[in-house]
Amino acid sequence: MSSSPARYSRSLDWVTIGIYALMVGLGWLNVYAASYSPDAPLGFAGQSFQELMANNWFKQIIWIGTAVVLMVILVVVDYKAYDTFAYVFYAVVVLLLLVTLFIARPIAGSRSWLELGPVRLQPAEFAKFATALAVSRFMAGINLRHQNWRDQAVLAGMTLLPPLLIIASNETGQALVFGAFLLAYFREGMSPLILIVLAAAGVILILALLIPKLWLIGGITLILGGVFLVNSRVMRHHLPLALSVWAVVVGMVFGVDFFFNQVLQPHQRKRIEVLINPSADPLGVGWNVTQSKIAIGSGGLMGKGFLEGTQTKFDFVPEQSTDFIFCTVGEEWGWMGSIVVIILFMALLMRLVYVAERQKSVFGRTYGYCVASIFFFHFAVNVGMTIGLAPVVGIPLPLFSYGGSSLWSFTILLFIMLAIDAYRKQDLVR
Amino acid sequence: MLCTFVDPDTRLGAFYPVSFVQYLEGRKYVVQTIFVVVALLFAARLFYIQVLDGSYKLAADRNSLQRIVQVPYRGLIFDRNGKLIVQNTPVYDLMVVPREIKQLDTVRLCELLQMPVEEFRLALTAAKTYSRVKASPLIQNLSTPELAAIQDNLIDFPGFSIRAHMARSYKTENLAHALGYVGAITPKLLESPKYAKYIAGDNLGITGLESFYEKTLMGRRGVQYRMVNVRGIEKGAFRDGEYDTLSVAGLDLHTSIDSELQQYGEMLMAQKRGSIVALDPKTGEILAFVSAPNFEPARLSGKGMGNRYMDLLNNPERPLFNRPLMATYPPGSVFKLVNELVALQMGVVTPYTSFPCNQRLVKCTHRHEPPTNVGIAIKQSCNPYFYQVMRTAIMRGRSSNPKEDARLGLAEWRRQVMSFGLGQQLGVDLGSERKGSIPSPELYDKMYGRHGWNFRTIYSLSIGQGEIGITGLQMANIMAIIANRGYYYTPHFVRGIGQGGPLPEYRERHYTNIDPQHFDAIIPGMQAVVEGRGGTGNLASLAQFGISVAGKTGTVQNAHGPDHATFAAFAPAEDPQIAIAVFIENAGFGGTSAAPMASLMIEKYLRRKVERTQWETWLEGDASKFIRKR
Repeated sequence: MSSSPARYSRSLDWVTIGIYALMVGLGWLNVYAASYSPDAPLGFAGQSFQELMANNWFKQIIWIGTAVVLMVILVVVDYKAYDTFAYVFYAVVVLLLLVTLFIARPIAGSRSWLELGPVRLQPAEFAKFATALAVSRFMAGINLRHQNWRDQAVLAGMTLLPPLLIIASNETGQALVFGAFLLAYFREGMSPLILIVLAAAGVILILALLIPKLWLIGGITLILGGVFLVNSRVMRHHLPLALSVWAVVVGMVFGVDFFFNQVLQPHQRKRIEVLINPSADPLGVGWNVTQSKIAIGSGGLMGKGFLEGTQTKFDFVPEQSTDFIFCTVGEEWGWMGSIVVIILFMALLMRLVYVAERQKSVFGRTYGYCVASIFFFHFAVNVGMTIGLAPVVGIPLPLFSYGGSSLWSFTILLFIMLAIDAYRKQDLVR
Repeated sequence: MLCTFVDPDTRLGAFYPVSFVQYLEGRKYVVQTIFVVVALLFAARLFYIQVLDGSYKLAADRNSLQRIVQVPYRGLIFDRNGKLIVQNTPVYDLMVVPREIKQLDTVRLCELLQMPVEEFRLALTAAKTYSRVKASPLIQNLSTPELAAIQDNLIDFPGFSIRAHMARSYKTENLAHALGYVGAITPKLLESPKYAKYIAGDNLGITGLESFYEKTLMGRRGVQYRMVNVRGIEKGAFRDGEYDTLSVAGLDLHTSIDSELQQYGEMLMAQKRGSIVALDPKTGEILAFVSAPNFEPARLSGKGMGNRYMDLLNNPERPLFNRPLMATYPPGSVFKLVNELVALQMGVVTPYTSFPCNQRLVKCTHRHEPPTNVGIAIKQSCNPYFYQVMRTAIMRGRSSNPKEDARLGLAEWRRQVMSFGLGQQLGVDLGSERKGSIPSPELYDKMYGRHGWNFRTIYSLSIGQGEIGITGLQMANIMAIIANRGYYYTPHFVRGIGQGGPLPEYRERHYTNIDPQHFDAIIPGMQAVVEGRGGTGNLASLAQFGISVAGKTGTVQNAHGPDHATFAAFAPAEDPQIAIAVFIENAGFGGTSAAPMASLMIEKYLRRKVERTQWETWLEGDASKFIRKR
């Protein structure tokens, strides 16, 4: 701590902190609405601590309080520690994930929760920041200009180890989040081909569900053939390339088919089927999606008003205060409220990209992009699933959803970035 | 490979005149574009489902709004003297909310209910399957002792409660055919837009007055909107009850039925088949409406109603058949009165026209004095006389071709006869009324070919036989017309709805084509039927009480068995207060059974008591006589 607290405070990025505070505050309001029941009017009066602790909205106050303590600690700690101890954090988290796998009691089919007395923690949430720190540290140490297969293999291994452990604990949604790192790697030089192939695979997966396989292959052949013929003057020189593109795409069709029918578990398959046809599983996952869409869709332009959402207060949407908190926003605040939330996320993401880009170190920049990507992935998948644009994946809406682990995890992710950013001027190019 | 980095030295330089670091920094725009595209996609999708597509709002309302219909108290039914005959009585069900059951003493509860434990367990399991949190009936239609036993001890059995609802009950054993019954709405009716306000399980009038006056009796349903949560548990009124409506009880029906007369009529008709209809000619009000064989109205209400309905339906005596409305018979000799009136109106005969009792034209049932005027002809029911009356009325010489003349004559005759309300529905306030039939020239053209028939073909019409059918109600109405000398009110049961009067259509006089003076010509003959020496209806005489009855006997030939007996009359002749038609199937000569029965009904109605009980005994004997014969 070489500078005075006042100077240090000035160098913190208060814009990000302001957006963070707004989101947590609005998030709490919606958790309150989601756990509100018209029978038992809310309030502190006349209730014991135990009674209050039965309510998510009250526990969320405690989580927010602890998050404030946490953020102060995070920015006060010497920023160099995050760089220095990056691998240590990573090792600890991997160890925790392993331990969890063996000692955790299954909760709703997943062995991902560690119980410490009254507190339940999900190590998977903390794997995000630890992995982000570790890969950023590693990225800072390798030379982009020279392809090095060994370095790339190590990076891939570092990125894949935590999600594999998380999948083993049956918490697939949290594991998918690690795919977000690809965006950060892209910024640091990864070939765009990987993103394009993944996006294509996603499109083919959806098409394969809508259209019979042979038709799909026929259609792709026709389109590619058409493109080839139209541009035949240029293309004829690249016939082998064109043929291999065709082969890859057809291979993907079969691969996706194999992935969908053999790799995915039945309940995961259902979640994708429901995306196309909500009545495929009307009382299972389809129920969540249908009720969630009804909640949001019934909000209208201006919403039904705070605590007035019938879908929300009468428990039609399961997991309302956690994964499906966006339903409350959509139902009680309408399209205007939804847009406010989307704008807040966009503001946060754009600010994070801005903050990341102003880092002088590869470590800081990579970490910044990791944070932005993780927030983006959560936002895109969570909101997407509530409005039927993404499969139901059990991951929270950052800073809005109820839950201590998730709030802490996102607070840690964000405030480590702020701590690093606050010292960027002292950190000369490394 | 996860990270295939672009080699800056070989490729990039050719396309981008920038350093590799600058090139990679440019990728932030790609990342930002991805963010913005997703945000815009969400905003658009949200705009579509929240603002443009209204179906989600409806779905949310369907989810959380429960419409509770309050069924109003069904209107009561009274007789003409204000005696209550149909009412509502509460029926009790034992309800259970499985989740609220605490420390259930099954054995004690079963003792109170006097029910096997095993049966109770089955019922409870069924209730749990239906819902753990919503009330469902465990035992329906508790008897009064069961109710008494359980009610006081209910406090010891949390989760159990008593629910009362209303069912029809009857303070009369009669009039089932007019009252009709109330039952659950059928799936077929539910589909019809007319019954859009009903939901499955609702009751409504199925037949009779209950059905005809359904809207009146039902009242207005109240609707309450309640908010319910995902498990269907009530969470209070919607918008503080802004959209709720209160139920309005149904209106009472005040019928014109004389309960005592009705009961007496059904008693007289016991063991017989046929009908009695008694009208007040001055108003068209129906005083008695007997259809035999009969059944008690209570049989079609309450527990086990379905089985009892099937029993009645399968009974070979067809007790459900509403004879006064739906059985059409040739009227027999009673119809001679109508023919005479038509002929008088046409001016082709006078009251003093004399015809010989010419047995070659048509047989006469008995020997009698010569019919030198219409009075004697009616008194003796002389077939040849009325044959000639009808021939005079039909064969007017309007065509040189006698067959064409018969056609023209019959068409004119039919027009006149129809003005008596025959061959058409009278419009009584019950459903399923039959029209009966008055033959047209076209009917005979169809049977015999155009110009293939003449008066000899259709002469049976002159004595009320042949291709003619009228109902018991229409027969009584003919008597009302004669009593009124030329007009009638549509016969009806309901003289008052709630505090108001009958339906407006029942206050309207319907005039026949016959001028009043022509009735004066036949009424003395009808009186002579009953009181004159040798009259066919002497057994109906109430002369001992100073009541003069004007009537006409009828014996209807029947292809399927013994003749049907009819007698139609009104009394007192000088100031008619009752018009009556009795129709007894297979009872032979009208004068022996139908006439005394009609006179007993008239005596009962006009004197409120019956002194000529010997005729009751006579009718019983008569009954056993023809039942044996059948």
